[in-house]
Amino acid sequence: MDILVIHAFNGLLYASVLFLIAGGLSLIYGVMRIVNLAHGNLFAFGAYVTAWTVGSVFAGVHPGLLYLLLPAGALAAAAVGAILEPTLLRPLYRRAEEYQLLATFGLLMILEDVMRFLWGPYPLSGSTLFEKAGSVSIGGSRYPTYNLLVIGIGGLAALFLWAFVYKTRFGVVLRATSQDMRRASALGVNVNRVYVEAFTIGCFMAGLAGAIVVPSQSAVLGMGVDALVLAFVVVVIGGLGSLEGALVGALIVGVVREIGISVFPEIELAVLYLIAVIVLLVRPAGLFGRAA
Amino acid sequence: MNLLQTTQLTKYFGNTHAVDAVDFAIGEGEVLALIGSNGAGKTSLVNLISGLLRADGGRIVFRGIDITALSVHDRIRAGIARSFQLVNLFDQLTLLDNVALSIFSREGMIGRLLSLANRYRAVWEEAFEILRQFGLETRSSLLAGGISQGERKLLDVAVAYALRPKLLFLDEPTSGVGTREKAPIMDVVSAIVRSKHITAVVIEHDMDVVFRYSDRIVAMHQGTILASGTPDEIRHNEAVTTTLIGAPDA
Amino acid sequence: MSTFPVTLEVRSSVKPLAWAVPAALLLFALPHAIDPYQTILLAYGLVMAIAALGFNLLLGYTGLLSFGHSAYFGLGAYAVAFMVKYLHVQSLELLVLGAVVASLAVSALFGFVCVRYTRIFFSILTLALSQVLWSLAFKFFWVTGGSDGLRVPTPAVLGRLPDPAEDKILFLANAYYYYVLVLFLACVLVMWVIVNSPFGKALQAIRDNETRAEFVGIQIRRYRFVAFLVSGAFTGLAGALWVPLNGLTTPDILYWPFSGEIVFMSVLGGFRTFAGPIVGAVVFNYLKTSAVGFTVYWQALLGAILVFLVLALPAGIVGTFKHLLLWLRKRAFR
Repeated sequence: MDILVIHAFNGLLYASVLFLIAGGLSLIYGVMRIVNLAHGNLFAFGAYVTAWTVGSVFAGVHPGLLYLLLPAGALAAAAVGAILEPTLLRPLYRRAEEYQLLATFGLLMILEDVMRFLWGPYPLSGSTLFEKAGSVSIGGSRYPTYNLLVIGIGGLAALFLWAFVYKTRFGVVLRATSQDMRRASALGVNVNRVYVEAFTIGCFMAGLAGAIVVPSQSAVLGMGVDALVLAFVVVVIGGLGSLEGALVGALIVGVVREIGISVFPEIELAVLYLIAVIVLLVRPAGLFGRAA
Repeated sequence: MNLLQTTQLTKYFGNTHAVDAVDFAIGEGEVLALIGSNGAGKTSLVNLISGLLRADGGRIVFRGIDITALSVHDRIRAGIARSFQLVNLFDQLTLLDNVALSIFSREGMIGRLLSLANRYRAVWEEAFEILRQFGLETRSSLLAGGISQGERKLLDVAVAYALRPKLLFLDEPTSGVGTREKAPIMDVVSAIVRSKHITAVVIEHDMDVVFRYSDRIVAMHQGTILASGTPDEIRHNEAVTTTLIGAPDA
Repeated sequence: MSTFPVTLEVRSSVKPLAWAVPAALLLFALPHAIDPYQTILLAYGLVMAIAALGFNLLLGYTGLLSFGHSAYFGLGAYAVAFMVKYLHVQSLELLVLGAVVASLAVSALFGFVCVRYTRIFFSILTLALSQVLWSLAFKFFWVTGGSDGLRVPTPAVLGRLPDPAEDKILFLANAYYYYVLVLFLACVLVMWVIVNSPFGKALQAIRDNETRAEFVGIQIRRYRFVAFLVSGAFTGLAGALWVPLNGLTTPDILYWPFSGEIVFMSVLGGFRTFAGPIVGAVVFNYLKTSAVGFTVYWQALLGAILVFLVLALPAGIVGTFKHLLLWLRKRAFR
């Protein structure tokens, strides 16, 4: 029984991180119709910044303080996003959609080497918080407390995002712009500002995912490129542009992956893809996506 | 027998009846004008018959065959073609290419991938000839995206015409074009349509065009047919004149 | 009154020949002028050119940007490796044939799902699907050699078994180079015919205006699917030819950033032209080799070049060159 609970938690853990990444991707697409191929690298960047802050710069500091520094990665990623949108992406809105994929692929290559330049080719760890958090008893086994914290953060993020998008005034503006940019603009919305804000939030989410993942796994070059594929699987299943879709998709991917790892490790990814394809054949835009 | 007949044809958009149980018929060889204010359902009706929209109810019978469930491809094969209000062309291909594509498709040759298109001389000669009929032959090797709006409207019709359809729908062939260019466009189109005895349905807002070029007029309003008759009958039909007063001159 | 443009036919057949023949002759002559390592590098370039040519049928001509072509390239390469290792096939001709068949099979599978979509979602889907193969290459490491990959010995070219006494470098720089060159020229010819066929025109029509294409009687999905198949086959062929050059095949070529490289090549050369992907592939090959030798941050360098291309020079090398020629011609007639 406890094995099942542990598996469930692991699934939720993976889902939490994935939700943040895929949610950021979907939010950006939903508002701006932009897909940033370097989105995974912002996740990686967030991980590196946090690992560096928590693991090197403030290594000896009291764990309580370290928790406050954890979001450093998220803020760094958000800052990068805030710079990128007006400089790299804005010139591309008028062009065919394909160009944003090309440009952000170039960005991916640049960011990969920026991280290599800043932090070297070796993994960077910041595991203090993970170790210090200890573990809890679940049935007869021990389970890292930190993982439960991550699950909690994931859940909180989902709640916060939901409240933000559906309950605040900015959320209304966001939704209006995403549904009809021209009309929103005609009604006086500063679309440029909405875009940069949405993009920054999306990058923040990716960076946050990286930040919270660092205590349990090191920041390593290539983690961003890996993460993007999974984020894509999540949005394919859940629907591109939908936060509910990102949540449900992340849960499905997290659970299936966990089952896959324990039962059929060889074809775990293949099973995931099979599910994705089945979803697409039945609901072409994903579970919660809107038909283009 | 009518060339085309719709029975209780219906299309909803949410709660609105864009097309409300319409019984519409066209006789062979007719040039019919479809008029009505914006939102009357003219374009929706044409979209339903041509296959761009799926009907929510009713039937469409074309040359004795029920085409209600047929795909666009099958309707084209059956002999229906159309032009678009907002011109739809292959902008990065030449005018010749645009027309030739219709001919290749019509002749069932469009799937050939291991022979050069240029080898099919007859296709290109016919394409050039069609462009000549539309007055576009001097622009034949220009890209479709680089010609004037009036020429694009003509090309859109030419592309549909090249399919040698039995029934041709023209969705506002003179809209978006300066007043001086309207008559020449309609002259060309009308001459070709009549000389080849093509049955045509023309959606039009410009009443001068409507009265001058059509055999019969069907007036729509809020998804239903208000009246149908010859230009003279329609001109004197009170229901039509009251609802269409103030109808914008395209 | 205008006469029918008879010149149309003549012009479009002659113009490319004016470039193609000297270029082909140059490629035939080069091994005599440059050293073996340079020739091998060029061979790599030609192989990638075949891949890019296949890729661009989808992007330039059908308007579909695939970020998953590493799947077909890698599948072609691994198919060769498997046939050599498990089926003991030595004939390069059989290996290439097997690779193309395997690529066609997977293209059909992936294409069936992907051609229901366009634009961004198509790109995302092709990228995501291609990674199944990558993960399988790792998971079934006892079959695929995992991250170490599989070594592939020199195959028998045109029935001629490899001579153990022969210097491999010289073999690659001579016999194998010409083999690749001939296949490359054949691929260019076939692709040229395809894009200038009625089918090719239909693809461009679909690219330019889906609605109009449908209303001219073109079955969009079917044509996209065939384009997908042809594209995958070309890229699989390239993968197969790549293996003997490389001596081994690893999961790197199944990894999606490699798909990005193929995209890069086409954009670099100019994806709206026929020759663009070819030129782009060869140039990219040299570019990457020099960049790798120049700095450890070669990825950032290439990335910056790509960003620059997108923002400032979207027509790529060949496209910009054509614009320049046109501009010069207009000036000359002023």
